[in-house]
Amino acid sequence: MANPLQVAAEVVSLQPAGAYHHLVLRAPGVAERVEPGHFVAVAIGGRDSATLLRRAFSIHRADEAAGTVEVVFAEHGKGTRELARVRPGDRLDVVAPLGTPFPVPSGPATALLVAGGYGSAPMFALAERILDQGGRVGFILGAATADRLYGVDQALALTPDVVVTTDDGSAGTRGLVTGPLAEAIAATGAQAVYSCGPMAMLRAVTEIATAHGARSWTAVEESMACGVGVCMTCVLPVVGNDGVSRFVRSCVDGPCFDGTKVRWSDVGTIPADVEGAAAMGVR
Amino acid sequence: MIETTAAGGAASTTQAVGGPVAAHQVDMTAALGRSSLPNPITTASGCAGYGRDLAKFFGLDEIGAITTKTIMPYPRSGRATPRMAETPSGMLNSIGLQGSGIDAFVAHELPWLAQRGARTIVSIAGERVEEFAESAARLTGVPGVVGIEVNISCPNVADRGLVFACNPATSYDVIRAVREVADPALPVYAKLSPDVTSIVEIARACVEAGADGLSMINTLLGMEIDTTRLRPALAGVTGGLSGPAIRPVAVRCVYQVYAAMRAGVMPEVPILGMGGIRSGLDALQFLLAGASAVSVGTVIFNDPGAPVRILEELRDALATRGFWRLADAVGAAHR
Repeated sequence: MANPLQVAAEVVSLQPAGAYHHLVLRAPGVAERVEPGHFVAVAIGGRDSATLLRRAFSIHRADEAAGTVEVVFAEHGKGTRELARVRPGDRLDVVAPLGTPFPVPSGPATALLVAGGYGSAPMFALAERILDQGGRVGFILGAATADRLYGVDQALALTPDVVVTTDDGSAGTRGLVTGPLAEAIAATGAQAVYSCGPMAMLRAVTEIATAHGARSWTAVEESMACGVGVCMTCVLPVVGNDGVSRFVRSCVDGPCFDGTKVRWSDVGTIPADVEGAAAMGVR
Repeated sequence: MIETTAAGGAASTTQAVGGPVAAHQVDMTAALGRSSLPNPITTASGCAGYGRDLAKFFGLDEIGAITTKTIMPYPRSGRATPRMAETPSGMLNSIGLQGSGIDAFVAHELPWLAQRGARTIVSIAGERVEEFAESAARLTGVPGVVGIEVNISCPNVADRGLVFACNPATSYDVIRAVREVADPALPVYAKLSPDVTSIVEIARACVEAGADGLSMINTLLGMEIDTTRLRPALAGVTGGLSGPAIRPVAVRCVYQVYAAMRAGVMPEVPILGMGGIRSGLDALQFLLAGASAVSVGTVIFNDPGAPVRILEELRDALATRGFWRLADAVGAAHR
């Protein structure tokens, strides 16, 4: 995990982006620490706000020269609705960068980047890193409908290998991002598949990638109260390098995990072999 | 001159109890019976982990003490997710005391804390009386430990009918067992639940059992139902309510128990006050109600630097009101 800062960030801009909002923040000292896959935790309202918990968002881009970080978010509830009302010049209390980023290949490698909805937000900076290393990238971007896709143009600016899927067929191929994945791995010879989106999607992507001989790196979504590693609300069962499964924190031990280490089918349960399950009466 | 800040409030509307005081002149020492802390701010158990992650935001030795997440004698996975639900001015948690157990804690976490000069209050729990005692005994002579908080009131245990702090007799049994085996040099604090008919009765039982102090309060048992899924929001169904929403309950509990001590209903011991503290003025309320020190909890999730911020706000608030010593504010609302 990066060494995070808590700063009063200035809102530079807030623009609509399809069904989402694109927020640019000037956050001194933060941008130079950001790696692809890091996230920010934004406080909602002022010091006396009744909305106590921060909202966490993947960092879309960080511009070291401008001192800015960018996030893409959807209005889900009262916190994000309030965030969607900020104006340029407003101040937001931000803690960033947080989390363990995606591992980036140290040399030339071919990678597929698979994302659902605005889960694509952190993928473009990641793709640039992989390209900088002399590698190749391809994208599979999916969403329920065409207006819920994010960043197709940004992907096309980086590579012609962009496949789009929508549930209703309103853009690209009708179906899920997992539909074209196996063929894309075979066609590109991808050694790694990076994914960001709903848990069910991450599980399916991991299974397909692994079955076709590619590493799978996933950025998980778990609701978290603190984002900094102290509250233990965002845990999920992960197999350690020692073979022992533990409930680990997605905020500091993740959000980016080796997909094969996450016990996707056991999320939301207490597996009998997870460390300490016996003390909960689980046998 | 009288220093004022936003936290301290407007001096012109504040009743000063002494002469003008500059903030840096206020003696912030927290007197806790036979022991003391350089200042009255600790972290509330469960809101600071074991300190490592918070150390990225402030020096752990800057505050009076770190109170750890509750530790059991053995590894415990905790509950299934979802473990958290946001509520107005607060949250519900249903963690279920996840941890690797006392041996791993003593081997890996306490030495790290001691190296950083942190003063550590270790929160312990068990399912049976003997398990509390087992953990307490393991802390004998360990550097950096300045107290034991006995969590007899966690709402996230398997059988909530067995929350020890809901019954004076079971509270007595646990505290007695811990006090008998714990290092005599370490004060033992009993952490009380507000979910009782008479918190004074429980507090008295704990002190009669040998508690050197009282921590109050733990979370309140609460529940949230997801109106989309039509199911309880937490996997554990119920959870512990914390945050500013519970502060009035916590201040009431501290006030009632301190009043009982003053009235001679029970022996006088120091109180660690906690529950929804978000600012220096919130902390001051607890002191005025009778707390000798305070714990900062859920606000850390909102503001990881809150413990040191609240310390400075409290210092300013005391100065503004003419207090030369923090100790002089303890229980002032009763006078």
